Amino acid sequence: MNAHDLDPLHEPRALIELVNVEKTYPGAEQPAVRDLSLAVREGEILVLVGPSGCGKSTTLRLINRMIEPTSGSIIFEGADVTNTDPNKLRRQIGYVIQQIGLFPHRTIAENIGTVPRLLKWDKKKTAARVNEMLELVGMDPSIYGPRYPRELSGGQAQRVGVARALAADPDVLLMDEPFGAIDPITRDRLQNEFLRLQAELKKTIVFVTHDIDEAVKMGDRIAILREQSIIAQIDRPEVILTDPADDFVENFLGSGAILKTLTLNRVRDLDLAPVPPVLPGASRTQALAAVEESSSGVAILLDAQEHPVRWVDRRSLDNAAKPIEQAGRSVNVMLQPEDTLQDALSAMLQTSTGMSVVVDGRGRYLGCVTIESLASLLVQTQNGAA
Amino acid sequence: MNESRASRLDLIVTPAIGLLLAVLLFVVWNYSDMDPTTERILEPANLARQLQQQLILAFWSTLLVIIVAIPLGIMVTRGGARGLKNTMVGFLGLMQAIPAYGLIVLFFVWLGQGATTVILALAAFSLLPVLRNTIVGIEQVDPSVIESGKGMGMTPVQRLARIELPLSVPVIISGIRTATVITVGMGALAFLIGGGGLGETINAGLKLNRPTAIFVGAALVALVALAFDFAGALAQRYLHPKGL
Repeated sequence: MNAHDLDPLHEPRALIELVNVEKTYPGAEQPAVRDLSLAVREGEILVLVGPSGCGKSTTLRLINRMIEPTSGSIIFEGADVTNTDPNKLRRQIGYVIQQIGLFPHRTIAENIGTVPRLLKWDKKKTAARVNEMLELVGMDPSIYGPRYPRELSGGQAQRVGVARALAADPDVLLMDEPFGAIDPITRDRLQNEFLRLQAELKKTIVFVTHDIDEAVKMGDRIAILREQSIIAQIDRPEVILTDPADDFVENFLGSGAILKTLTLNRVRDLDLAPVPPVLPGASRTQALAAVEESSSGVAILLDAQEHPVRWVDRRSLDNAAKPIEQAGRSVNVMLQPEDTLQDALSAMLQTSTGMSVVVDGRGRYLGCVTIESLASLLVQTQNGAA
Repeated sequence: MNESRASRLDLIVTPAIGLLLAVLLFVVWNYSDMDPTTERILEPANLARQLQQQLILAFWSTLLVIIVAIPLGIMVTRGGARGLKNTMVGFLGLMQAIPAYGLIVLFFVWLGQGATTVILALAAFSLLPVLRNTIVGIEQVDPSVIESGKGMGMTPVQRLARIELPLSVPVIISGIRTATVITVGMGALAFLIGGGGLGETINAGLKLNRPTAIFVGAALVALVALAFDFAGALAQRYLHPKGL
């Protein structure tokens, strides 16, 4: 099963195509990439995933000709770019690598302005664009613009790397294990941020990872590669998880394939349970009214910024000795709409109520999700896929 | 971090030693008994001429080294010249193994006497530190930084000018510092083949057994070397790329 089996009428146009591409390194007997044909559709995240040494990075680097193919051709936006000026091609394609490779002797602003400068944009336009990019990745331009890369944390450096790749507004982004060197918690946050960004920007992205969980989370489509970059299966993640093409794919997915379906859906797919908020400064009576009204018997106390701070229920409010601000239990775990159901499940298991709070990107209260809503969504998905 | 602390220390220690030496020189010059021979050797006009020659020798040979060694170092670090690089570093290492004295004489046999011969000999002798540091400086640049530059569409020349060279400046300058100190020190041998310099004073002092003259000559050479080294330390401090 591969991309060509899908209905051609509904297939968006391919922005990048590799046609019968082969790469043999000098002195090697076997090609590193053998007769690969691959189409990347406009606006999708295509994840290349496979065991180490399968040639997934090589494949990615063939697209912007960091590695020149031995034979075959590369089509970019409808034009054959196999023999054009590689530097011109690369200026039109964003490129993010695991080590990021920020220029240590240049400020963050100068780093982000690299490609605009190569394209000879005027200074004003570049400066405006740099600020826009920093804001896009959630960093204050006046604080971070003049800093140097060594002053950034790993997560910040990765954000700057993405901002730099996006600076000249390329249609295509190539990402080579971009979150590979980052601790799991930050990685999760960066993945969510990136998905949120992508929902807005709709770039065409080729993403390399060796981590199947990351592939399932990030990919609109996944290409599972075996040695010599031969495509074992290319399809939407839910199809790959429920219907692996062969033993190789099945082995690569591992035993937890069913649990991985939890990473396919997001918190935003769940129905939010109506847990009423209690606004700051509310009286005890108002808070009690909110709890009464709630079907689950609890309410969420918000602060002035609409951030959820405490779970309150009837019993905790009855204790008149305590001010409302200290009633109940504090909200420790919060989910965002981009989080996967796997994240949601583990968050719910940490609360005694089986509920978890959902907040938006700025930390404002959206609602709660319950373990029941998760279970019912899973049943639906299973029925839908079968 | 360590490197910057070391270079800050340079900016204090070098002038401190220089000052100490200058005070000693002042004391010796004013308070030691000088017989007519010593006075003739230490004729101020003579010393001024020799000092000037010494500076000129060091200046030109250092300049020559910079002009030759840095482009050469850049050239051999481009892909496809790895073999040439090893051969060259090996050959220059061999040149350094020849005693300075011998090298000057060899150049004399080849080119005859005079300041030009000395400048060429000094340059040949101090080529290695600059060349080696240029190579090391360029090769120690984080490959992922160059890779990301290439991936964004920088041409090879842009990568060299905007990434590789700026990031190797500290290492290259420290090579130049080594070279200048070598050329000043070795310049004291220039008198052997009629190249002048403060070596004349030291030599006369040795031949005529005048310790005061020997000290004055040697102290002046040392002061010149310290001055060059201090200039190098300043350059290292102020040409150091920000952000590193």
